[in-house]
Amino acid sequence: MPGATNGVFEMPKTTYINAQEGIKSWLLTGDHKRIAILYLISISIFFALGGIFAALIRIELLTPGPDLEAEMYNRAFTAHGIVMVFMFLIPAIPAVLGNFLLPIMIGARDLAFPKVNLLSWYLYMIGGLLTLSAMLMGGVDTGWTFYTPYSTSYSQSYVFLTGLGIFIMGFSSITTGLNFVITTHKMRAPGMTWSRLPLFVWSQYATSLVMLLGTPVIAITVVLLAAERVFGVGVFNPNLGGDPVLFQHLFWFYSHPAVYIMVLPAMGVISELIAAFSRRRVFGYSFVAFSSLAIAIFGFLVWGHHLFVSGQSAYAGIIFSLLSFIVAIPSAVKVFNWTTTLYKGSISYETPMLYALAFIGLFAIGGLTGLFCAALGLDVHITDTYFIIAHFHYVMVGATVIAYLGGIHYWWPKMTGRTYPEFWGKLSAMLIYVGFNLTFFPQFILGYLGMPRRYHVYPPEYQVLNVLSTAGASVLAIGFMMPVFYLLWSLKFGPVAGPNPWGAKGLEWETASPPPTLNFDATPIVTEEAYAYDAEAEESAYQAALQQAKHAK
Amino acid sequence: MWAFLVTEVMFFGGLFLAYTFLRWKYHDAVVAASGHLDWILGGVNTGVLLISSLTMAMAVHAAQEGKRKATVNFLILTMILGAVFLGVKAFEYSHKWHDGLFPGFNFHWTENPGYAGGAEMFLFLYFVMTGLHGLHMVVGIGLVAWIIKRANRGDFTPEYNIPVEITGLYWHFVDIVWIFLYPLLYLIQPPHH
Repeated sequence: MPGATNGVFEMPKTTYINAQEGIKSWLLTGDHKRIAILYLISISIFFALGGIFAALIRIELLTPGPDLEAEMYNRAFTAHGIVMVFMFLIPAIPAVLGNFLLPIMIGARDLAFPKVNLLSWYLYMIGGLLTLSAMLMGGVDTGWTFYTPYSTSYSQSYVFLTGLGIFIMGFSSITTGLNFVITTHKMRAPGMTWSRLPLFVWSQYATSLVMLLGTPVIAITVVLLAAERVFGVGVFNPNLGGDPVLFQHLFWFYSHPAVYIMVLPAMGVISELIAAFSRRRVFGYSFVAFSSLAIAIFGFLVWGHHLFVSGQSAYAGIIFSLLSFIVAIPSAVKVFNWTTTLYKGSISYETPMLYALAFIGLFAIGGLTGLFCAALGLDVHITDTYFIIAHFHYVMVGATVIAYLGGIHYWWPKMTGRTYPEFWGKLSAMLIYVGFNLTFFPQFILGYLGMPRRYHVYPPEYQVLNVLSTAGASVLAIGFMMPVFYLLWSLKFGPVAGPNPWGAKGLEWETASPPPTLNFDATPIVTEEAYAYDAEAEESAYQAALQQAKHAK
Repeated sequence: MWAFLVTEVMFFGGLFLAYTFLRWKYHDAVVAASGHLDWILGGVNTGVLLISSLTMAMAVHAAQEGKRKATVNFLILTMILGAVFLGVKAFEYSHKWHDGLFPGFNFHWTENPGYAGGAEMFLFLYFVMTGLHGLHMVVGIGLVAWIIKRANRGDFTPEYNIPVEITGLYWHFVDIVWIFLYPLLYLIQPPHH
């Protein structure tokens, strides 16, 4: 294995972690790395919470009959959706990994607006806690999509408070997006040209654009929704002369691009991982970079494919269907470039690489089944069935969560200065992979057979597949819990990592682990392109080392 | 700041979409309801805002030339004009309440009953759009006040005056939103009273 460390490093004396002491120094920090850690902690807690709701759903679906009341079940899947989408998936990679890495990767001392960055965390927490308090008081039963007129006129639950929380969290993502765009434009180190940016930065940049353009629309939609509930005026309510389809248009105008807010940063992570563990320059760098922008742009033109059965005009349906197929092109460009990067690389299988390979497989399934959903005729059959559930979980969990975990493992030594136990890392990665497929693959079949989503009871013939799915969810849960334990363990007992435990390229590996408060001792000067790896030299050095080991025996 | 303004455009964009839909679906009711808005007061406010944009531009210019006194004076003028705008707006709002044209809580439509639903929705959008715009004005006045304080302290020089310029950009943006709101809401048809 190239770049292995033998525990000969010492922890650096002053790092961003011990530069200042006390809770207050964390809560009032402007340091992007500390803010990333604040996000990491809060996001992990929300993820666990969302997982508990998911467990409720899977327990209910273990048997065909009702265990929970229908009302309770509605609240459980709504809570699961809201927590996972708005409080975990959207902020996860940008706010944790992006915050931590983006300035370091471009050789900057911090983000352009450190105070705004801190503000974004507070907005996130305030919004998150408001939404959470709505859940504690009884929750929402509308589904995370808040379709009108149910959400405006009939639901007896805490729609207003939840909406307010989501509105506020929206501003957290707008401020993060602003910060990233401006930082990428203005604060690159000397020599860090656009064509030398790591692909992670490119993908964060594309994501930020989507955040800037999309989030305000959902914000205003939520305002209208809330105002409608308060004032009893019906912009979206057909009884009062409004149009519920207008809500669906506005909602998906954000919420479809939001899928790209979730998956684009994940793709950025994967580009880094694949390059680092196959020791090769990412094949077709500029194609991968520009496909991120292409996804960001096309992503705004496909929202209508959520409305195929809503009564939108057939012509609109055909065009949206066509545009949705087009998004598959830049996505496939990335997958092909990653696999080509592996070719003739000097590949090693550490935990992050396992996650990266899992990502490629799962994302391919998620993406290809996306084409089923984009096909106008077929979608009419599978709309609102478990096929859709399986499809978007393959994209959101199979791609985003997997990439997030891969990224956390890859940069964990950078964030904490210590390495985690590789054996447990690999084991949990494999458990997650197996558990995930066992949970969601049966749902494709269930959906194809016609099991609708959002029902707490189902006909007995669906039970076998549902039992499989619940069993998979249990394995998945164990896989997700393991990193919590061994990563926390590594904080105290893990071997000291040194600045570059993976032997990887990129500015973040040139500074100490954990980095000092201003990231670098001196402003770095960039003289080479991103991923200037030499796979052949790495491989022959590795073979030579093997030979030597044999001789020594 | 330009990036931030883009998000603002999208923010108001959602409302304009809702407006377009409403106007298309309930054309006659919208026209009838629009007749209840006072185009003269709205026009006065448009003038007030346009002048405030001018004083704002003068303030930015003065800051670039390093004229502290002029900068502060123009900024104060801008702030006063912004306050006048809000005052007129508050007067209009209270009138609507009096006339029973406040959606939800106090809405009595006495004309053609077929128009009631569309008219209520129009007034609802009127309050949401102008209310949001008013909120932006309040933020703008706060920003100007902050800039006045800094200008007084002598923070700005011909080399460093970005905060003045950025505040100016924001102020102009809020004005432009009004330039769109005014004809769309007030000037749909010649008033019949």
